[in-house]
Amino acid sequence: MSNIDLSVKIGSLILKNPLMLASGTVGYGNEISNFTDLSKIGAIVTKSVSLKPRKGNPPQRIVETPSGMLNAIGLANVGLEEFIKTKIPFLKEVDSTLICNIAASSIEEYVECTKTLDGEETVKAFEINVSCPNVKEGGLIFGNDIISVGKITEKVRAVTNKPVIIKLSPNVSAISDFAKVVKDEGGDAVSAINTLIGTSFDIYKRTPKIKNITGGLSGPAIKPVALAKVLEISRKVDIPIIGIGGIMNWKDAVEFMIVGATAFQIGTVNFINPNAGIEIIDGLKSYCEQMNISKISELTASYQL
Amino acid sequence: MFTSKVPVESVEKIQENIFILKAFSPQIASAIKPGQFCNLKVSETDFPLLRRPFSISDVDGDYISFMFNKHGEGTRILSEKRNGDVIDILAPLGNGFTYEDDYDTAVMIGGGLGAAPFPFLTRRLKNKKIVTLIGGRNEKDVTDWGLKNVFYSTDDGSIGFKGNVVELLISKFNDFKDSEIKIFSCGPTPMLKALQKFTVDNNIKCEISTECSMACGFGICQGCPIDSAEKDKYYLVCKDGPVFDAEAIVL
Ligand SMILES: Cc1cc2nc3c(=O)[nH]c(=O)nc-3n(C[C@H](O)[C@H](O)[C@H](O)COP(=O)(O)OP(=O)(O)OC[C@H]3O[C@@H](n4cnc5c(N)ncnc54)[C@H](O)[C@@H]3O)c2cc1C
Ligand SMILES: Cc1cc2nc3c(=O)[nH]c(=O)nc-3n(C[C@H](O)[C@H](O)[C@H](O)COP(=O)(O)O)c2cc1C
Ligand code: FES
Repeated sequence: MSNIDLSVKIGSLILKNPLMLASGTVGYGNEISNFTDLSKIGAIVTKSVSLKPRKGNPPQRIVETPSGMLNAIGLANVGLEEFIKTKIPFLKEVDSTLICNIAASSIEEYVECTKTLDGEETVKAFEINVSCPNVKEGGLIFGNDIISVGKITEKVRAVTNKPVIIKLSPNVSAISDFAKVVKDEGGDAVSAINTLIGTSFDIYKRTPKIKNITGGLSGPAIKPVALAKVLEISRKVDIPIIGIGGIMNWKDAVEFMIVGATAFQIGTVNFINPNAGIEIIDGLKSYCEQMNISKISELTASYQL
Repeated sequence: MFTSKVPVESVEKIQENIFILKAFSPQIASAIKPGQFCNLKVSETDFPLLRRPFSISDVDGDYISFMFNKHGEGTRILSEKRNGDVIDILAPLGNGFTYEDDYDTAVMIGGGLGAAPFPFLTRRLKNKKIVTLIGGRNEKDVTDWGLKNVFYSTDDGSIGFKGNVVELLISKFNDFKDSEIKIFSCGPTPMLKALQKFTVDNNIKCEISTECSMACGFGICQGCPIDSAEKDKYYLVCKDGPVFDAEAIVL
């Protein structure tokens, strides 16, 4: 039927289409595979993994907000060893592209995780999470500090030849400065954005609804912010951008590509419609047909200002 | 687990603030077990954003029912559904009750809308005696819809025993002296906590159906932890529960 080229290139990484499942919103792939055909997905980004298992934050971890949700999961994950032993085997059988997201509380830990996973053939690229708002150490302490972000990029870059993507925090004044540092230190791409810090209170008890007090805001509520961040990076820095934030349907995805994204990730929508990825890919194809676009990569940064 | 678009048959108001939504779904009806739950997309738009979890309340032939009270926006929208409206439902979710093991009497204990999963359990139980204890603040809070052999407790004594449902259980405890019982329970956390202590102290089989705010309902968001009796470990309410053995969790 259609011979539209949906493939995109992020550094040396080629994806069959620009749709990626965002870290922390698909676990390790097995549950969501009940609802969707993962082999049609461009890439799967696994839940942030750390060197040692993390129990995560106490409940309540999530609350719904207008057109969004706050989460403070606290990077609950099985740890590197268990991840390699029990999670990678499932993902190996899935004909998608596997990107491992790494979180850490020290630069050494980022390096060690990357080194260990570099030997796993199934892992095609790394997404380095320097922007988790919900943990005390690491996370935003790195994400807010341009020198740390530069160092992490440099050190991780030194131990792998696979593409290195740095996932940036929106909780900074000039995100493009961070993207520039990533580029200068040899990073292949940036993901933007991680969640925005927010909170929500019970007005009768006067207590926060989330035990952690603050959480990360995701979902449609953050889309305009995310689009502006992607556009800012696109206008100032020449580096591939993976757009993230509030994508619910194919129109949102097209909008991200137009403002500068080479590829994009869907997060919160997976909780509501676990087959959203496939529906968005189908929508992109129809849009390209309708608009006479033969290569989807033409859309990237095609804005008219 | 699957998603399916399900037509609403009816929404019936059985009490001042208690509704029964009945829908036609042979697929869910044949797959779901008592104590499991469904995650309902209450509108076709992105508002409200998240699905809403509800216990399966009853299955009758190809029809499934949910019991709920109007709480916020999501349940308000559900209460206004009409015959022919379509709801997107993710089901069957979680682990239900284990009710076919060896005991004589099933004692179902519900606090308020905690009664929701019991009509289906009542329907499925074979060769067991049933006693149902339902507690609430007052008579408007409680219902015997789909239940058998019901005793009430209310805080204000407007119907049944005056006091809470755990006190009611203790007051009736002599009646069960000669038979082995298993308790199935669901309701607000303070009630479950009191019940958990009583059953563990007295070595009575007890399963507890828990609630927690959820995003996905099927194990991918890590949003629904509950403390386990094991040190340094959470269970996920949606995947490891919502029904747990009383000794397995810390409430
Ligand atoms: C496994 C499970 C089974 C349930 N079964 C039933 C049932 O059979 N009947 C029934 O009436 N209710 C049941 N609940 C509670 C039901 O999910 C909430 O009443 C409902 O989500 C309220 O939505 P709302 O938009 O009307 O309220 P709002 O307060 O406006 O909801 C705001 C947000 O908080 C969440 N929320 C609010 N109350 C609860 C709660 N008690 N538990 C979990 N999330 C909540 C909502 O899902 C939503 O994301 C169950 C909950 C769980 C987890
Ligand atoms: C419940 C939840 C857990 C998340 N966990 C992670 C994580 O472990 N690592 C990470 O880099 N991002 C994590 N994120 C952020 C998402 O990957 C994404 O950047 C963000 O949700 C914005 O996209 P969305 O609006 O499409 O959800 C998480 C988001 C949510 C909602
Ligand atoms: S609600 Fe998402 S993991 Fe339980």
